[in-house]
Amino acid sequence: MPGSVDTVKPDAAPPEAIKAVPVRHPGRWVAVAVLAVLAAMFVHMLVTNKAFQWSFIIDNAFRPNIVEGVRTTVLLTVLSMVIGVVIGVVLAIMRLSGNPILSGVAWLYTWFFRAVPRLVLAILFGNMGILYTKYHVGGVPFSEQVGDLLGVDMSGTLFSINANTFLTGFMAGLLALALSEGAYMAEIVRAGMLSVDPGQNEAAGALGMSRMQTLRRIVLPQAMRVIVPPTGNETIAMLKDTSLVAFVPVTNELFFQLKSVGDKSFNVFPMLVASCMWYLVLTSVLLVAQHYIERYFARGTALAGERRAGFRALGFGGGK
Amino acid sequence: MSEPDGAAKAAGTAGPMVKAEAVHKHFGRVEVLKGIDLEVASGEVMCVIGPSGSGKSTFLRCINHLEKIDAGRLWVNGHLMGYRQKGDKLYELRDKEVSAQRREIGMVFQRFNLFPHMTAMENVYEAPIRVRREGRGKARERAAALLERVGLGDRKDSYPSQLSGGQQQRVAIARALAMEPKLMLFDEPTSALDPELVGEVLEVMKQLARDGMTMVVVTHEMGFAREVGDSLVFMDDGVVVEEGTPRDVLADPRHQRTRDFLSKVL
Ligand SMILES: Nc1ncnc2c1ncn2[C@@H]1O[C@H](COP(=O)(O)OP(=O)(O)O)[C@@H](O)[C@H]1O
Ligand SMILES: [Mg+2]
Repeated sequence: MPGSVDTVKPDAAPPEAIKAVPVRHPGRWVAVAVLAVLAAMFVHMLVTNKAFQWSFIIDNAFRPNIVEGVRTTVLLTVLSMVIGVVIGVVLAIMRLSGNPILSGVAWLYTWFFRAVPRLVLAILFGNMGILYTKYHVGGVPFSEQVGDLLGVDMSGTLFSINANTFLTGFMAGLLALALSEGAYMAEIVRAGMLSVDPGQNEAAGALGMSRMQTLRRIVLPQAMRVIVPPTGNETIAMLKDTSLVAFVPVTNELFFQLKSVGDKSFNVFPMLVASCMWYLVLTSVLLVAQHYIERYFARGTALAGERRAGFRALGFGGGK
Repeated sequence: MSEPDGAAKAAGTAGPMVKAEAVHKHFGRVEVLKGIDLEVASGEVMCVIGPSGSGKSTFLRCINHLEKIDAGRLWVNGHLMGYRQKGDKLYELRDKEVSAQRREIGMVFQRFNLFPHMTAMENVYEAPIRVRREGRGKARERAAALLERVGLGDRKDSYPSQLSGGQQQRVAIARALAMEPKLMLFDEPTSALDPELVGEVLEVMKQLARDGMTMVVVTHEMGFAREVGDSLVFMDDGVVVEEGTPRDVLADPRHQRTRDFLSKVL
């Protein structure tokens, strides 16, 4: 073939796929062996140690009052997180608003509720009834005075609620948890909002979008990628902190119920084990929920596809 | 919007699209714009060149009031940007009114600034739906047509991260056009692109110029300036050093500073 050098041969077979001997990892196998032995010892202990009393656990871990406790705990967790996130978003917006009064108020709130332990808050809110018999809510100051002027009894109807009925255990516990959560969420949301490229704000502004529209449609959805993982942490912490409301007191909460079964039957240890298992189960459910939420907010990023694959490798996701 | 209607309209049709009078801007103690006087006629394509840090981006951002100017006056389509004048007094406009003024002005950024959590389509119809309160159906139709126009009819459902730089910038142009602006600002629209992707973006901009859009383009693409620009402005150190037709300024600059700059970039 004189004159022409053909680098592309149309008829050439595709090159053979590489079959190489993969790198060996002997260290991994040693680790697996050690872990297997430890796991076997642990299971052996679980099964043979009489103190666990597995049949007692199984008989008692699903009693109606304990199922009721699960319900209360889940409800408290969900409600206080929802309220906490809403408060957190509002506080974060206030902090970043550039208005010194708003950001000062937000700072003060965060300062107070992060400083006081949740246990103290729970007890404090449980005893609020001592301070007032009536609470004025709805953000209308001087409503009574206005009512007097108009000759209407406003205090008894719209704007206040009797403290003794409102701040019963559940409400007091919920408030304590939600208000304190709001302070932590504020910092998480603020970090999330700061993580969004300022160019996004400019682009939205240049299109004539208002600040509120920009926040809701552009900044917050992108901030969610940073906000969701620590919020998952917060939710799990909250699930466990609901046991603090026993001090309000709210007694139909999960841990209190499990422990009382143990106390009454003088079988404390098995019910503590049952508690561990209940919290493990509930936390696992939360983890799965978090995975799907993260995936939703990762849309449009290169991460979206990867995360799916990673989770499947751990054996969680369905499908192939 | 809330201006005396007759005056604004008259100014809008007869006067220049952009009129800057002694525009000053400083950041802290650094004076970035030191008195800019410029006029851009309706339908004109003005290209702006100048060394980095000379205040080109800042000036563009002043035009649509992303930056507040410290002295001087700036009108777009007859509207005094950011303020209402009554007698000798200036009143700051509220956010809402500033947003309304910005709707007449499209802006394209060096780094695209597409919304990464939205598809190309969603990027384009977001503002029409939220800001102009357009119906979803109509907004989608227009968005599809705009993406077609910038040659991305087949990438409607791609996220920005799945598009090349050139494609992203074309989506950004379509997004700005969706608000049907009377003026388009381009801040170095091709500077962040790989060389082989510059052409496709410039092509879209040329088409836009041919369609009669008023454009202010900060660019280092001298070929584009020569071919498409009606006027060329050379800025340095916060002032307009030289202004003229691209042919004149590029071939026969009158100022030493212009000559020095051109000798570096040409
Ligand atoms: N937000 C800001 N705060 C402080 N300085 C700024 C800001 N934006 C721009 N500058 C300064 O203003 C000068 C002009 O910037 P710019 O308008 O971006 O120039 P160009 O676009 O011509 O490169 C630069 O010295 C830059 O550092
Ligand atoms: Mg610039």
